Amino acid sequence: MEPILELKDVYSSYGSIKALKGISLKVFPGEIVAIIGANGAGKSTTLMATCGIVPIDKGDILYQGKSISGLMAEKLPIMGLCQVPEGRRIFPRLTVHENLELGAFYRKDRAGIEKDMERVYDLFPVLRDRTKQQGGTLSGGEQQMLAIARALMTRPKVLLMDEPSLGLAPLIVQRIFDIIHDVNESEGMTILLVEQNANLALQAAQRGYVLETGTVTMEDDADKLLHNEEIRKAYLGE
Amino acid sequence: MDYFIQQFINGITLGGLYALIALGYTMVYGVIQLINFAHGEFFAAGGYVGVIVLSYLTGLGLLETHPVLCLTASFALTMAYCAFLAVGVEKVAYKPLRKQSRLAALLSALGMSIFLSNGLMLTQGVYDKAYPSELFQGMIQVGGITISYLQIMILCMTGVLLVCLNTLVFKTKIGMAMRATAQDKIMSSLVSISSNRIISLTFAIGAGLAAAAGIMVGLYYGSVRYDMGFLPGIKAFAAAVLGGIGNITGAMLGGLIIGMVEVFGAGYISGEYKDVFAFIILIAVLYFKPTGIMGENIDDTRV
Ligand SMILES: Nc1ncnc2c1ncn2[C@@H]1O[C@H](COP(=O)(O)OP(=O)(O)OP(=O)(O)O)[C@@H](O)[C@H]1O
Ligand SMILES: [Mg+2]
Repeated sequence: MEPILELKDVYSSYGSIKALKGISLKVFPGEIVAIIGANGAGKSTTLMATCGIVPIDKGDILYQGKSISGLMAEKLPIMGLCQVPEGRRIFPRLTVHENLELGAFYRKDRAGIEKDMERVYDLFPVLRDRTKQQGGTLSGGEQQMLAIARALMTRPKVLLMDEPSLGLAPLIVQRIFDIIHDVNESEGMTILLVEQNANLALQAAQRGYVLETGTVTMEDDADKLLHNEEIRKAYLGE
Repeated sequence: MDYFIQQFINGITLGGLYALIALGYTMVYGVIQLINFAHGEFFAAGGYVGVIVLSYLTGLGLLETHPVLCLTASFALTMAYCAFLAVGVEKVAYKPLRKQSRLAALLSALGMSIFLSNGLMLTQGVYDKAYPSELFQGMIQVGGITISYLQIMILCMTGVLLVCLNTLVFKTKIGMAMRATAQDKIMSSLVSISSNRIISLTFAIGAGLAAAAGIMVGLYYGSVRYDMGFLPGIKAFAAAVLGGIGNITGAMLGGLIIGMVEVFGAGYISGEYKDVFAFIILIAVLYFKPTGIMGENIDDTRV
């Protein structure tokens, strides 16, 4: 099978800081793939480079078999590549409803948008009670739900998620991972999941990559990584 | 009392014009955090394109037969011209500097201002250019108060433009995209909004409003001059800062206040100092509440 998303030896930098030093990874349609790694390993940069936000110095990024490196970032959501970024990045002075509408910014199918709107409100009922509330006034958990809901409004084929569990209560984390599992199962949405919480991520994923200082140091099936001695010591706190 | 009401009406007229110009400063600042010092030049360019188009139509004899049509056409042409000019200025002078320090773009804006102002002088001459005077002659007199037809036209036009702008920014999808871009450019491109397009649109709208103000000022005072953008430009900037830079409602309010203060100051204190009041306000705001009236607390009308 062809990978739906592939990074080939990708290098990226911020000025003189080399953040990615030859990242290669593959994501196949319908998979959940986890990327784990310590702070500063380059996980977020990997996602931002994939989305065209951080330029790449070398290498190539293929989506559905075609190179997307060098495309304007705003073209990618239209092609079905979408991100829930680190820190959620809710538009703070737009209402919950407006945030969701922007997820569907490029779409013209009014009826489809309405339907999806209902669907995400069903997935996250707390948001329905807050449609007119400004995004910035939501709690952290609610913001994360809104960020995911907004991404779903884009109708992604591949969803990149950057630390969706960060700073959230266990119950909400559980809810969010249920939904990740759900959209993957029911719609075959492909998910590339970045997590500090390696345990959680590797349980949800089929395969995983370990990043260290801008390079991939390990890749394997998720349950193999989960039972790997080194990984357990380094990332699972044992 | 009549005198007060008279001044009040004059104040709103002038304040509305400042508000139209101030919106360009505040919207551009909201979206790219740049004080566009060249903004006053779009106002001046508007004054000139307006007089050129209107004089041409007068020459054809159309102004007498179809005054409303002529006026609409000149507003449309002038606003469109200045919108394109501003989009071009942004592409040439600001866009290449977007990743550089803010100071670089600020200096580029100053340079652009000088360039445009001199361009106007070299192509149009240093002397005043008179507006056709046959438009809107006549006035209404109520007690001791006079309102000219011209003033009524200006008030109506300003009102319509302000309402349109508000609707665009707060009620339409593209306005929502504009506000989103002002709040988080990376996230807005992640939801497929093109910041380049939004930035161009912002410059176009701001310059279009300033251009409309340029025609109206030309009609109101009867003539235009190449350096006419300077003082109103700074006063409108003061208005934008007073309202809380980046805040659209604030810019409208700030414009009205500056206009009122100027007219009442000139009327009750001294006409000689009429240009000073805006600067006193600007300094006072920067000193006591740099975020302006609508800054910080009342956040929801920011772009
Ligand atoms: N905007 C930036 N400017 C300069 N350096 C940056 C920037 N963003 C990230 N870096 C640097 O790039 C490297 C990789 O950062 P990145 O954010 O990708 O790591 P991460 O794996 O996501 O870390 P975390 O788990 O803390 O989110 C780090 O050394 C970081 O300091
Ligand atoms: Mg990160």
